[in-house]
Amino acid sequence: MAKALIYITYKQGLLDPQGQAVKEALSSLGFMGVDDVRVGKYIEIEIEDSPSGELKTQVEKMCRELLANPVIEDFRMELLENNNSTSPPPSDTQ
Amino acid sequence: MNIAIIVFPGSNCDHDCHHAVTTVLGQTATLVWHKENNLGGAEAVIVPGGFSYGDYLRAGAISRFSPIMNAVATHAAEGRPVMGICNGFQILTESGLLPGALRQNECLHFICDNVYVRCETARTPFSKVITPEVPLRMPIAHRDGNYYCNPDTISRLEDNEQIVFKYCTVDGKLDSQANPNGSMEHIAGICNLEGNVVGLMPHPERACEADMGSKDGLTLFTSVLSSIKS
Repeated sequence: MAKALIYITYKQGLLDPQGQAVKEALSSLGFMGVDDVRVGKYIEIEIEDSPSGELKTQVEKMCRELLANPVIEDFRMELLENNNSTSPPPSDTQ
Repeated sequence: MNIAIIVFPGSNCDHDCHHAVTTVLGQTATLVWHKENNLGGAEAVIVPGGFSYGDYLRAGAISRFSPIMNAVATHAAEGRPVMGICNGFQILTESGLLPGALRQNECLHFICDNVYVRCETARTPFSKVITPEVPLRMPIAHRDGNYYCNPDTISRLEDNEQIVFKYCTVDGKLDSQANPNGSMEHIAGICNLEGNVVGLMPHPERACEADMGSKDGLTLFTSVLSSIKS
């Protein structure tokens, strides 16, 4: 299996009111030097492996057609191919 | 006149629209479940407000894949009237039947209030009999009503008379104080190029009787009735 990690945010230049509110909250907590905050969505998709180019094309199509609204949002993704990282069995605790 | 009112899981203004069309206007309305494939010969369609599919992912993003939306798109392509109210407006933009998108309100809050809008064009079936000089008082109830489109699109909307309603003051002036959600150009409602598909954030169906505090919304329903008759 492969895994796609997808990050969706408002397009650069579009006001992100949630990001602005978080930025103000951070500065009111005393965190100085925070220049900008953008709040977005994170989506993980587990998907059957296919040759690398195809998988990327397919996930990009998912983003354009459903996961992001191209009028207002940008997306970027990371692909973890051959993602067989099943968690190790829990060690026996007695 | 027979109006089809689409019902999605999470629609909550479907019965208000039904009441406005039947009890108040004395016409026929049919509630059409989103899994249906046809509109039963309706002359006009309303995509009502609510929280279809719980607004999952984005408001309207999932609903546009419901089977009935193919029939709505065909009805729209034939030049017949379609009106999306609030979540219905969001669904029509997500479907590509109307340009642009509805972002989260600039103030971040869910706003439930009465607003004034002025009608900018009488060329749509839903605004045909509205007097442009007299602002309409209608309620809004939304979190994602902040209209946005790119600069090219906004010029096209202006050039082609596609802006149908703008938020305004009680005496019809455009003012940032009267724009509740930060929408570009004070936009409260738009139409497609042909004018037959209209989307708006205010709820005309909740302002059809004096008991509700305003009857101004009824003009949208009388407009479509008069368009269909003519």
